Amino acid sequence: MEFDLSLLLNGIVSGLLLGGLYAVAASGLAVSFGMLDIVNIAHPALMVAAAFLVVAVGGAIGLDPLLCAVLLSPVFYLIGVGIYTFYNRFFERRGDEALQGLAFFFGVMFIIEVGLVMAFGPEQRFLDPSYAFTTWRIGEIDLPLRMLIPALFGLLAIGLLYLFLHRSFIGLAIAAVAQDAEALRLLAIDPVKIKRLAFGVSAMLACIAGGALIVVQPVEPSSGQIFIGRVFAICIMGGMASLSGAIAAAFLFGVVENVTATFFGPSWAPAVAFGWLLLVLAFRPQGLFGRAA
Amino acid sequence: MTGLLRRDLGRLAAAAAAVPATARAQSGPPLRIGYSMSLSGGLAANGRSSLLAHKIWAEDVNAKGGILGRQVDLVYYDDQSNPGQVPALYTKLLDVDKVEMVTSPYATVMIAPSMPVVMQRQMTYVSLFGSGTNETFKYDRYFSINVGGDDIKGTYASGFMEVIGMLPTPARSISILAVDNEFAQKAAESMRHFARQKGLRIVYDRSYPPTTVDFTPTLRAIQATKPDVVFFASYPSDSIGILRAMSELRFSAPLVGGGMIGPQIAAVQAQLGPILNNLVSWDVYSPEPTMDFPGIKEFQQKYRARAAAEQVDLLGNYLQPFAYAQMQVVEQALKRVGKVDQAALAADMHAHTFDTVVGPLKFSALGEWVEPRNLFVQFQGITDGDLEKYKRPGTKVILAPAKYKSGTLRTPFGQGG
Repeated sequence: MEFDLSLLLNGIVSGLLLGGLYAVAASGLAVSFGMLDIVNIAHPALMVAAAFLVVAVGGAIGLDPLLCAVLLSPVFYLIGVGIYTFYNRFFERRGDEALQGLAFFFGVMFIIEVGLVMAFGPEQRFLDPSYAFTTWRIGEIDLPLRMLIPALFGLLAIGLLYLFLHRSFIGLAIAAVAQDAEALRLLAIDPVKIKRLAFGVSAMLACIAGGALIVVQPVEPSSGQIFIGRVFAICIMGGMASLSGAIAAAFLFGVVENVTATFFGPSWAPAVAFGWLLLVLAFRPQGLFGRAA
Repeated sequence: MTGLLRRDLGRLAAAAAAVPATARAQSGPPLRIGYSMSLSGGLAANGRSSLLAHKIWAEDVNAKGGILGRQVDLVYYDDQSNPGQVPALYTKLLDVDKVEMVTSPYATVMIAPSMPVVMQRQMTYVSLFGSGTNETFKYDRYFSINVGGDDIKGTYASGFMEVIGMLPTPARSISILAVDNEFAQKAAESMRHFARQKGLRIVYDRSYPPTTVDFTPTLRAIQATKPDVVFFASYPSDSIGILRAMSELRFSAPLVGGGMIGPQIAAVQAQLGPILNNLVSWDVYSPEPTMDFPGIKEFQQKYRARAAAEQVDLLGNYLQPFAYAQMQVVEQALKRVGKVDQAALAADMHAHTFDTVVGPLKFSALGEWVEPRNLFVQFQGITDGDLEKYKRPGTKVILAPAKYKSGTLRTPFGQGG
């Protein structure tokens, strides 16, 4: 493919829009995996479950998918709290959180997938808002609203999460539990309670990501599997407990994927994107924004 | 005691002889047909709708007295769209459940791992939508319900080439984009073969991984090559991503389509609506007058009545009639042979033509269709996502092969074409 400035600019812009989706998908994981150190491999499945619920509820009452996701997010908070309570009771408290905890979240993922098939059937589901078929054109740059609005919506949600984590007492407690759970006890704060709350917030973000996902593309029960590798790679590349690192890594991932797909073909896109992950880890093992141990 | 018993048995035998043959035979054990099917996982949409077609067939057959006077009993397991599960499930079906016949799961990727088990037990095996599966195994008891024929490379894209020949201005260049899987790569290879043969310049030829989320950059790269023809070989979620991105980019070309899996599915048709207009896509069936085979309307009527409740494809215009035909082949062979004899059944399947709801079928030595039937249909006159129109002729017009042609090509694709 010959070099063309328009192709490059469009590749970067479409990569940033894709990165917006990755960012909102990875932000919840940055809380559960990055801060709480819980290998929540079921996070993308939760996101897809949210997308299915958005289709069911939003389709039934004619609500915008993104707004519907916001309304459904408290339900996912409770689901997250429930999952963490179970995980804590049967794995974390016994010190079995490493391998058995991973197996538990694998199980949760499969249960969600099979549950979606049982409840909604295996067919693809979609819910297209009216703006999904509109594309803004600024000079040579295309901005499909199908990608732009979910990306902006996701960034807004991440911004609120950032404020919550940095400005509220509970948010600071979550950051503290990520560093030293025992020290939190000295302040008479129950770290399990904080972790439960943080996991609920992580599930809420999965719901928001599900709303964004259904605008971008139709979903089927196994759609989450596409995102597992990407969201974990983004969290690691960003620097585990760093939310801003996860966002930067998500945009980097999106841009590298799309520019590679434009000039070298889509087969190379994931290889080059994951190659960047290896490169970053080689020079900064703590990730882009992570702190060195 | 012994004398009494003998006398009683004699009376019973005499009584049995007086009972009509069909009624007597129906008291025999059910004829068990076993298979695995993808009821969850990525292939579940087609797997579950195939299962519904099989159930309708079993009900139809049992209502008419069964096969060989025995009621049919379907024994099936969910393979979870996981090829690794398949060998164990077929071993269980044959060794534990003791089924007398086996048929295949849906799709090449699931059929291939079942072959060694089936071949070891020398079972006659009718498969569903396998693509060149027997090229490697060369099993003489394998029979394929798929339109591809023996030589996929030499036949798959021939219909698309016929359509290229219908363009008002002769095409000079082509772009090819295919997903990284066996079926799509074979389809793309067939297109390359014909493009080279007919002197079409290939200006873009790439593959993409099945995990691709955003097709916009790839399509923009294709757009930059300004091809006359664009050939895609894609799977359902990719096809949607590709067609939506084309719509957003206002992508237009004289001819766009190819081996796209997805536009045949009701949910995809509902979602994409007018975006599908003028797309020329590979297909296996369309409700056009040229494909009005005996029994297909009755089957679709029964299928559609239950599809919504079973949460499967609402139209049954794709592989569902073929799943019904798969079992019709088993049924007709068993009735002709008169017993469950695997060797005799295979010989019968090689020797005879089968009348099914997807038309008459004859198998080659390799078990594929003697007469390949890769349809290339064009979506025409679509204004919305309402599915009713797909039940009638005129929406999915058949352009090739000539034997089934039901309309004329409209160009271009895109820009309201």
